[in-house]
Amino acid sequence: MRDIVRFKGEQVRLPEKEVLGAQGVRSRASLPTRVRAAFDSACELFDELAAPVGVVEELTREEFPAVYEGEGNNPPVTPLPEIVTRSEGLALYAATLGEGVSRRIGELFDEQDPAVAYLLDAVASAAADLLSGCLAERFGTRLAERGVAPDHAKVLSYSPGYCGWHVSGQRRLFARLRPEEIGIHLNSSFLMTPLKSVSGVLVGGTGDTHHFRPDFPFCEACATHECRPRMASGVAEEGEESLGPNGATGGGARARRRRDRSRAYPSRDPSGSGACLDPE
Amino acid sequence: MGVVGEQFRTHQIFLPEVLLAARAMYAGLDLLKPLLLRDNIPMLGKVVIGTIRGDLHDIGKNLVGIMLQGAGFEVIDLGKDVPPARFVEAAIEQEAPVIGMSALLTTTMVGMKEVVDNLRARPCQSKIKTIVGGAPVSADFAREIGADDYAFDAASAVTHIKALLGVA
Repeated sequence: MRDIVRFKGEQVRLPEKEVLGAQGVRSRASLPTRVRAAFDSACELFDELAAPVGVVEELTREEFPAVYEGEGNNPPVTPLPEIVTRSEGLALYAATLGEGVSRRIGELFDEQDPAVAYLLDAVASAAADLLSGCLAERFGTRLAERGVAPDHAKVLSYSPGYCGWHVSGQRRLFARLRPEEIGIHLNSSFLMTPLKSVSGVLVGGTGDTHHFRPDFPFCEACATHECRPRMASGVAEEGEESLGPNGATGGGARARRRRDRSRAYPSRDPSGSGACLDPE
Repeated sequence: MGVVGEQFRTHQIFLPEVLLAARAMYAGLDLLKPLLLRDNIPMLGKVVIGTIRGDLHDIGKNLVGIMLQGAGFEVIDLGKDVPPARFVEAAIEQEAPVIGMSALLTTTMVGMKEVVDNLRARPCQSKIKTIVGGAPVSADFAREIGADDYAFDAASAVTHIKALLGVA
């Protein structure tokens, strides 16, 4: 199955509270008037310029290793291969907000309007993450329609550059998925353009599917540890066994929400508003 | 902007407010620059900044540029996807004592070492300092590649660059 899915900008724009929260702002009311105006301008620009589109292509558990091994730069032990063996549905994906938003951000800096530029970037970055979540939610619906654990299916996305999947893995992913068809390109540094693009694998299964102990050697360098709230979001319970880096079992992960401005590991909420279940 | 920067550092205001203040700064600089040039009043120093080769992320670099201008530095912004040699050439051409480099990918930050090595191979190397930043970059990485300093964010970049140059 290979699908190209288009959305409207407002379908992937996170609620204002979430975007502002990520900037350390508790409420719109606490913002100075001019900042509120700049934020509103950023949201208007986003709705006008964003052209969200994604491509999703299913693959089997047997096909995944050839993509995942990439250029051979992954650490020896990582969580994703075990997660995939427990999965009940897999799909590669890539999605973008399109070139318009990124271009306008650059123009705003050139026009010496850095506040709107920065806020548009914040809105767009949050939307790119939500776009992953929209595709995950849609894939979950597909799995449920096929009877894959319909009551408990949980689809999470995993991306090159995180959790031991080396960013150079983008090359094999691109070779298999061909997201150039929707205007996403990869440069020699494994950077996707347009910049507000995301890619990875959607993994569907029951809650246990996604559970692992986040104590791999590379976890120490992780800036966000977003795997923990992801695993805990209606998935594992305290004390549940999970796989550690040496195959040893241990206690369940404790839920902890952290917001990271750099968004090194995007927070995804496949069971969010549901607005993105109705793409264009 | 010094006051604004300090309020930002102490979490009294947040980044969009700093950037709104920057708009006022730009307007003020447009009026002041001709007068500064006429009266030969020097800026605090020159800083070459850019996003390293292969990388197109520039928000952080742009914020650093704004903060540096606000602090009284002259900023030579080379943009994004800048070849390592270009940083050094620009610093020599412009007689800039500091090179600031930004990277947001682990695959591109390695280019920062090329800049440092390029400088080391030149007689002028001791006169030009290097400072690095960006999400995957760290103080340890800066030490490993021989950079003179590392800054966590735009606000601290100003503090670190002032320290590198020995200015208040």
